[in-house]
Parts: sequence; C-alpha cells; structure tokens
Amino acid sequence: MTATATAAQDRKVHTTPHRIPLTRIVGVELRKSFDTRSGSWLLASIGIAAVVTTGAVIAWAPESEFSYGQFTLATGFPMSVILPIIAVLSITGEWSQRSGLATFTLVPRRGRVLLGKAIGAAIVAAAATVVTFAVGAVGNVVGSAMAGTPAVWDLDAADVGCFALGIMLMVFVGFGIGALIRNSPGAIVAYMIYAFVAPGLLAFLSFNQTWFRDARPWVDFKHNQDALLQGGSLTGEQWTQLAVTSVVWVALPLFVAVVRVLRTEVK
Amino acid sequence: MISVAGVTKQYGSFTAVDDVTFTAAAGRVTGFLGPNGAGKSTTMRVIVGLTPPTSGAAYVLGRRFVDLPNPGLEVGVLLDASAQHAGRTGREVLTLAAQTMGLPRARVEEMLDLVSLTGDEPSRRLGDYSLGMRQRLGIAHALLGDPEVLILDEPANGLDPAGIRWMRDLLRGHADRGATVLLSSHLLHEIEVVADDLVVIGHGRIVANGAKTDLLATANIQVRTRYPDRLTDALGTAGVSYTAAGPAREGTGARPCRTLRVDADAELVGRIAHQAGVPLIELRDADGAGLEDMFLELTAATQRDTRQGAIS
Repeated sequence: MTATATAAQDRKVHTTPHRIPLTRIVGVELRKSFDTRSGSWLLASIGIAAVVTTGAVIAWAPESEFSYGQFTLATGFPMSVILPIIAVLSITGEWSQRSGLATFTLVPRRGRVLLGKAIGAAIVAAAATVVTFAVGAVGNVVGSAMAGTPAVWDLDAADVGCFALGIMLMVFVGFGIGALIRNSPGAIVAYMIYAFVAPGLLAFLSFNQTWFRDARPWVDFKHNQDALLQGGSLTGEQWTQLAVTSVVWVALPLFVAVVRVLRTEVK
Repeated sequence: MISVAGVTKQYGSFTAVDDVTFTAAAGRVTGFLGPNGAGKSTTMRVIVGLTPPTSGAAYVLGRRFVDLPNPGLEVGVLLDASAQHAGRTGREVLTLAAQTMGLPRARVEEMLDLVSLTGDEPSRRLGDYSLGMRQRLGIAHALLGDPEVLILDEPANGLDPAGIRWMRDLLRGHADRGATVLLSSHLLHEIEVVADDLVVIGHGRIVANGAKTDLLATANIQVRTRYPDRLTDALGTAGVSYTAAGPAREGTGARPCRTLRVDADAELVGRIAHQAGVPLIELRDADGAGLEDMFLELTAATQRDTRQGAIS
C-alpha cells in the first residue's frame, strides 16, 4: 500500500497548461532581437546613428537650412538601414542560426511566432521614431543656438505620424524579405538592392524615359516611402500611389512569405 | 505517450520515411535505432511538427504537437544541440525558453546546475561551447519545463563517459516516474542499457518493433570452449543454430578457445554441452553484441557499408 502510494506520488500528474499568451511571445521575440552581440550593436546603433547624424547636420549643413524637419530627415536615412536589418535578422536568424528548431518546438503555431516578431519589429520602429524626434529636437535647439538663429519647428503631429508610418513600412519590407529568403546575408543583400540600388536605377530610368516618369510613382515604392519621411504633405494621389505600391511591394510578398514559413520544413 | 500513425515523408521521388507506425509508452524508455539516414531524425521532426508529413500523423499525449498549448511544459525536445544562435550565452538560451514557457528565472539556474554547467560556462556564448557542453545545454533545455514526454535525438553525442552514465540514470529515473522517453542513438550499447522498447528503422521503414527482451531473445547466448568441434557437432545434432563469434583461435597452447553465439537459452546449451561431455569456459547472455547483431541483420539491406549488390 505504501508502495502504491509512493508510486502514485511519483507519477507525474498530467495537467494541460494554459496557452502561451501573445504578449509573452512578443516579449521573447523582442529580447531575441537584442540579446546577441550583433543585436545589441544594432540596438545601440539606433541611438548612435541618431546622435551622429544630428551632429553631422549641425557641423556641415548650411545654418540657413536648420529646421526640425532637416534633423529628422537626416536621421531617417540610417534608420531606414538599421531597422529593416533588425527585422530581417529576427526572421532569418531562426534559419541561418537554426534557433528555429527550439523556437518552433516551444511555439509550434508558427503564425504566432511571426505575429510576435512583427509586433516586436513595430515596437522597435515606434521607439526609433521617438528617438529620432527626441534627438532631432535636441539637435534643432543646439544647432540653432550655436548658429544664433531662432529654431525652426516645421513639423506637426501629422509629420510624426507619416515618419512613423514610413519607418514602419520599411521595417515590414525587411520583414517580408527576411521571411521570403530566410537566409541572413541573402536577405540583407536583397534589402540593400531594394533600398539603395533599385531606386537609383528607377530614377535613372525615369530621367531618360518619359513614359516611365509618369508611371514611376505607381511602381516605385521606396520613392513613396521616402516622401513619407520628408513630411506629411502627401496629396490624395500620392496616398493612393503609396497604397498601391504598398500592396504590391509589402503586402503581397509578405503574404507569400508567411504562407511559406507556415508550411516549410524547419531544419 | 507518443504515437506515430502511418507517417510517410517524401522529398520528391525520395521517400525518407515510409509508412512508419509505432508507439512510445508512458513509463518506458523507447530506443529508436537505425543506420545513418534511415529516417530517425525526420520521424522525430515530424512528431514535433517541424516537418510536415506527406501522409499520416503523429500524436503526443493524444494531441497533434501543434495543438499543445504550451508544449515546453509537456514535451522536452532535443533534436540538435548545435541548433542555437552562436551569439547567445548558454544562460540566455535557457532564459528565453523559460520565459516562453512562463517559468520563473530560478528554474534556469536549477537546470544549469543539474547539467553541471558551472563557473563562467553559462555566461559564455554558444559559439565557444564544446560539443559536450552544447549537449548538456540541450538536455537542460529539454528538461526545463519538467515535461512528461522526452524526445531526444542522439543525446549521448559528445558526452564524456561520466556524462553518458549521468544521462542514462536521468532518463531511467524519468521513465520510472511515469514519463515517456523516446531517444534515438547510433550508440547501440547506450540504447541496449537504457531502453525498455526498441523501434528499429532502416531505409525509412520499421524493421523491428517491440520490447527489448523479446527482440533480443534469440541469438543471445555466448559460449566459450576449448573443444569447439565437439560442441558444434552436438549443437548440430540437437538442431540448434549457432554462429562463430570472436577470433577463430583465442589464447595460446595446445587447445585454444573458441567463442560461439547460440540461438538457444543458457539451460539448453548447458545441457547439450554436458551430454556431449564438452567442458565450457563460459556460458552467458551475449550482451551488447546481441543488439549489434540484430541491428546489422535487420538493417543489412539498407546499410551503407555492406557488400555491393545489397537490395534496397
């Protein structure tokens, strides 16, 4: 009798645990973006880039051009490199570093992992927007004080919103490319081509081919994104062009990528 | 409990896993055996939902793995100890898993302690870990949620002898407390010592499946004598089959020894030898070699290193 009692005690009691809440997945995915050496450098580089570009604007930009918008636009450039790379690596790391084996066995509903990563990337983009505008404000005050001119505050809430949206779209381009290619170097190269090589080629094309000049805003997503970073004075047509190009360049690839991630084999 | 029901996985025209069906029962250690590339790892990945099967299904604790609400607390998985971000520290890898499962931070330290990752080892990055350290971390990762099912692919890989003994005791203890343990290994001795049940797979197909004692019941007596000819004559007369084991001549002197492996129980072999008047030097269960023989025999058609002309 004692023996059976002991055996019963030893036997593991099976209780079905609660479902992992999405907030926890978001927290873990955010942590994973920054708990490696490269991750912590990427995080630090958000702040460093904001401060360095602001300093560069103060040092080298003509004093007559000092304005809040100048500072945030300048900082927007390094952000458009760093943030998408964070988004790319958050996905490709699971394959390139093979940590996906652990990730997807702890959370086998891969869609929830992707959603957690997407929310995490959006949080990083939002935080980077805050950093950009905070550092930009300081730069604007310091810059104009050094120049002895009154600070020009040429941005309003709509501009902040547009900047955040522009950054967010870039992050999701990175996210989609990462999910599509699932290989860190490959996806980063693809993003660089998209962000820095393709716009130049498209601009070249539109300078030389009149037929493309009118079509470009309907094709060139990066062009429309950059317009967002420059401030919220988009016309109705520009918003439509942004929506159209967003669907083609962000939503469609993202959809294909997510479907493939959900179905593919994790090795 | 784990049940695999008619799982087939094809890659193009190549069939990696071919209609595999077996059950790993609670309270028992199930050894999953097969030559390299036989489909062990693929089957395990299908069980934990990483690889979608072409047909069939696998269930853990009565559910598909993907339907487990918080799998880490119910199923401990170690498929590849090296499959972690090289830039994370050992402690960080466990912390991420503990956070995902909703476990307290103290559990991480407990597990690091359990697998003897001590000193600065938990704070080192995985890129600087030896294979054995990764393996220990992987085992800690699997045990973190105190799961009642363990699925371990080659867990003894890279462990030192003390580590292998430690892991064997750990798995045995888990099974004795009612857990289901499924482990694969190419180290036959490891499986033979710890497993209660065996599933042998070759070329994607199950070639043997059952309790270890039943599977090893035949061809498991080893007998040694200085009069092999008289013994083999007697065995032949009694209709008992045997094979030569070990070298043809052991030792020196006028009468060197020979070792035979006999398909009969010890009592029968002893009686035959007694009636033939053959003095025996040794009569015992042929441990270790029994599983190896069975393994090679069962998977002969699918071995990489057999003679040319083997039929697949």
